Amino acid sequence: MGSSSSSRNKIPNAQELMDQTGFSSAHLLRLYDRFECLDRDNKGYLSPDDFEAVGGLAMNPIGGRIIDAFFSSGQDTVDFSSFVWILAHFRPTDRNRNKEGTQQELPDSRTRKLKFAFQLYDLDRDGKISREELLQVLRAMLGLQVTEEQLQSIAERAIQEVDLDKDDAISFDEFKKSLEKVDIDTKMSIGFLK
Amino acid sequence: MATCWGFTLFLCMLLMACGGLSLASEEAEPRNSQTDTGTGSSSNTTGEGGHGAGPITTLPIVTWKWHHISTQYLVALWILVAWLCKLIIESNHHVTNVIPESALLICFGFVLGGMIWGADKVQTFTLTPTVFFYFLLPQVILDAGYHMPNKLFFTNLGAILVYAVIGTCWNAASLGLSLWGCHMGGLMGDLDISLLQYLLFGSLMAAVDPVAVIAVFEQVHVNDVLFIIVFGESLLNDGVTVVLFNVFDAFVSLGGSQIDATEIVKGIVSFFVVAFGGSLVGIAFGLLISLLTRCTKNIQIIEPGFIFVMGYLSYLTAEMLSLSAILSTVFCGVLCQKYVRANMHEHSVQTVKYAMKVFANGSETIIFVFLGISAIDKVIWVWNTGFILLTVFFVFVYRFIGVFFLTWILNRYRLVPLEFIDQVIMSYGGLRGAVAYGLAVMLDENKIKEKNLMVCTTLIVVYFTVIWQGMTMKPLVTWLKVKRAEVNELTLLEKMTNKMFNHTLVAIEDISGQIGHNYLRSKWKYFEEKWISWILMKPSARKKQDEVFNVFHQLNLKDAMEYVAEGERRGSLEFIRKESVAIDFRKKFESEYSEDMPDMRANMSNGHRATSTTRERIPSVSVEMHKHTMKAMTEAEAVNAHHLLDQHLYKSRKQHRHRFSRSKFIINKDEKEVQEIFQRTMKNRMESAKMGSSPKTIVKHTKKEHQRKMPKGKSISQTKLCYSCDEVIFIGFSEGDSASGYDLPYPSFPMRDSRPGGGIENSAFVSDLYPTDSLQTPPWLAEGELDSSMVAPSLRAQASPPTSPIEMRHLGLLRISTRSTDTKQMNNDQLPLPPTPPPPPPPSSHM
Repeated sequence: MGSSSSSRNKIPNAQELMDQTGFSSAHLLRLYDRFECLDRDNKGYLSPDDFEAVGGLAMNPIGGRIIDAFFSSGQDTVDFSSFVWILAHFRPTDRNRNKEGTQQELPDSRTRKLKFAFQLYDLDRDGKISREELLQVLRAMLGLQVTEEQLQSIAERAIQEVDLDKDDAISFDEFKKSLEKVDIDTKMSIGFLK
Repeated sequence: MATCWGFTLFLCMLLMACGGLSLASEEAEPRNSQTDTGTGSSSNTTGEGGHGAGPITTLPIVTWKWHHISTQYLVALWILVAWLCKLIIESNHHVTNVIPESALLICFGFVLGGMIWGADKVQTFTLTPTVFFYFLLPQVILDAGYHMPNKLFFTNLGAILVYAVIGTCWNAASLGLSLWGCHMGGLMGDLDISLLQYLLFGSLMAAVDPVAVIAVFEQVHVNDVLFIIVFGESLLNDGVTVVLFNVFDAFVSLGGSQIDATEIVKGIVSFFVVAFGGSLVGIAFGLLISLLTRCTKNIQIIEPGFIFVMGYLSYLTAEMLSLSAILSTVFCGVLCQKYVRANMHEHSVQTVKYAMKVFANGSETIIFVFLGISAIDKVIWVWNTGFILLTVFFVFVYRFIGVFFLTWILNRYRLVPLEFIDQVIMSYGGLRGAVAYGLAVMLDENKIKEKNLMVCTTLIVVYFTVIWQGMTMKPLVTWLKVKRAEVNELTLLEKMTNKMFNHTLVAIEDISGQIGHNYLRSKWKYFEEKWISWILMKPSARKKQDEVFNVFHQLNLKDAMEYVAEGERRGSLEFIRKESVAIDFRKKFESEYSEDMPDMRANMSNGHRATSTTRERIPSVSVEMHKHTMKAMTEAEAVNAHHLLDQHLYKSRKQHRHRFSRSKFIINKDEKEVQEIFQRTMKNRMESAKMGSSPKTIVKHTKKEHQRKMPKGKSISQTKLCYSCDEVIFIGFSEGDSASGYDLPYPSFPMRDSRPGGGIENSAFVSDLYPTDSLQTPPWLAEGELDSSMVAPSLRAQASPPTSPIEMRHLGLLRISTRSTDTKQMNNDQLPLPPTPPPPPPPSSHM
């Protein structure tokens, strides 16, 4: 596999990324190929346009949000290491690794996964899901099946049921608490990176 | 405790009676069997011959006709006895906490069998394969399929199939070969069993039994994935067992010398044919059921029956074609559940659910009791220590080996690997049960000399697994700290987030350029929603599918129930009105209602369907509506309305409830009656308004128009006219702060256009007019009532401003053109609320 070792050298900070994310070098290679494939102009980074070119995303009701999740606020580019970092949220939680008590938290940990989901709701990134933000997600996902008023009352109720401090918004702690029993590990993981 | 003993005593007495009767029947039977040669009227003749033999000299007033009904009577009695056993067992919770119910039922079976043995000296009642496979098993399987958690099942289908197919083959082969090896090694003494017969025995012992597994696992509440794997395996491996059994049975008949490569290939082919054929039959029947329920609206009362009959037919059809009947029934249930639930009326859905449980649970009980009874029979007890112990040992050990090996392979591909303790529980949950026993009894004694030994061994394995493993399962689960199933409270956010996860995963798969499960699932879902649902679901059911919304709906229903319960506790629902939560609920209420808006709109084009859809769709929501309307009202309004309602509606309603009807439960489903009530209300209102001395005629007129035209709805022009009247009236009303009671037949359209804040007084009047009966009727009854839902819109109407300018214009135009002059009059009419309404109307004579 001479080619693989040579292409591995292309990847910047390969070793560091592997440590941070828990990906193996084979994973990284695959992702790097994908990254280059997405990066149509060989810019070395991805712009939102590159993501939008992905066919399925256009159909996805929350595709836009997921694209946004790749870009840290204020930036409109994402380089390879951030790309990998984001995708690492979807690794199945590596049990052995976490047990060893690694000093830093891997992105595939439960909290990180939840945080990622939370950020999909939290558009303005103020650490709270407001009613309006919830409503937008609902609107995107339920679409035409439900009327606006219904959406509103669903959002209203959803907030009510988890809102512990009565500030009419969902904080991350509240979010985490309400999803305590959900098997995030299964629901927020993809087998492809195994 | 005393009651328990009482029951036991009663049971014993029943048993004695049973035994005595059966004794009688025993005596009679030899005669019968000699004299009858399959003539249809045999029981009749022998019955008469049994007692009043000689010529009749005088007219007997009472005769003893046991033989007429002996079979049916015994069947019914046995069912009763078995169920009473369960009753006794379940009334002792401290015992069932330790020993699973299935084990206790078997023990009861021992006792009962002992009594019969004591009375008859021969075991009269045993579990015969015919009874088991045709009368007891189908409903258990159908229930399992119908209530299968589909998503979980299909997510884990790969693993389930691996365990069910490969695991079962492994169990059969390893057991058969090992026993044969031990036989060769001389561990079992002198037995006349060939290798093929060992394999046959192995194949009948191989399958994990669905009945036993359900019974035990339901009590231990292990986590979902673990449960579905064991449960799914137990259901699907039947196909494999039956095929293996048939193949080896045929091989045994052929004899070792006849078997060559072709026969073996045939055997393998037959496996696929039987398994897939059975599944296909099931799928075909599932589709048929779904299609059938699309058009059973008019025979709602027997609607649930179709599920059972078709389910049973799918079982029998597969059996007839010598395909796997269990697979057929499972897939039939799995496939039809979604569409059936959407298509049928909510009441029918509930009926199916409960009736299914009654049948399944009932026959499960009977199966276990009879498994116990069957043991007390001297004929089958042939002891061979080596054979029996080795079988038990091998069954146990090979199950472990098989599970661990297969899991080791599977875990390489699984997203979330099965953990070690999960595997232990899976292996330990390999319970054998009645299926194995049924197959063992079916062995042909002429071909297999040691049949009784096999039956006996099977029974011992069954007892060992069900009683011993079943008993130790719970402590083991606790000890190993197996992840239990969590009792999840339904929350909207959770459901929402789940849905979001799904979308996210699909998106991430897109981004990373993989075609994974999520991608495929989303494609399938799209296809399913677009095509399959379109064919199998009736149009009105298709819309309400979204999970998040369903959860929302369920939560609201739950709330409503709680309100009613609370209301009953406090004596009335008055408190709801006093509390000031009005805003929330009002909002909620709106949304509930608006759900129905789009399709009502759609239906506007053909007049009379509008009512029918309304009726269909609203009932489920109506409970909330009651509540919401309540909430939204001020106290004063409530009192007012309460008063009115007392006067108008209670009595006629109640009297209707007492009617007997074979085909209808809910009186208010009847259009006539709704109209009747409506008319009555109108009349009363008019009268009361007359007291306020103002011309009511116009209102009445429009009212009548509704009644005349709505149900017929033959021509669009007619209905249009209707609408226009309505609209006019509504605008008029809203202007005059009144109205909403009139919109019964057309809840949606006109209402939208009344002004916010309008008709406060009236809303109280109207909304209470009907909904207050939730005070009187339990929610489940109220749920189905049409009239309540009819009223609901009025409230909504007040709160929502006209939505589209076009509508407004439209209405405005109409108003001007047709009836603008009436509005004033109507305003006047409406203002005085009836202070002393006339006496309650007599019950409707329509029905």
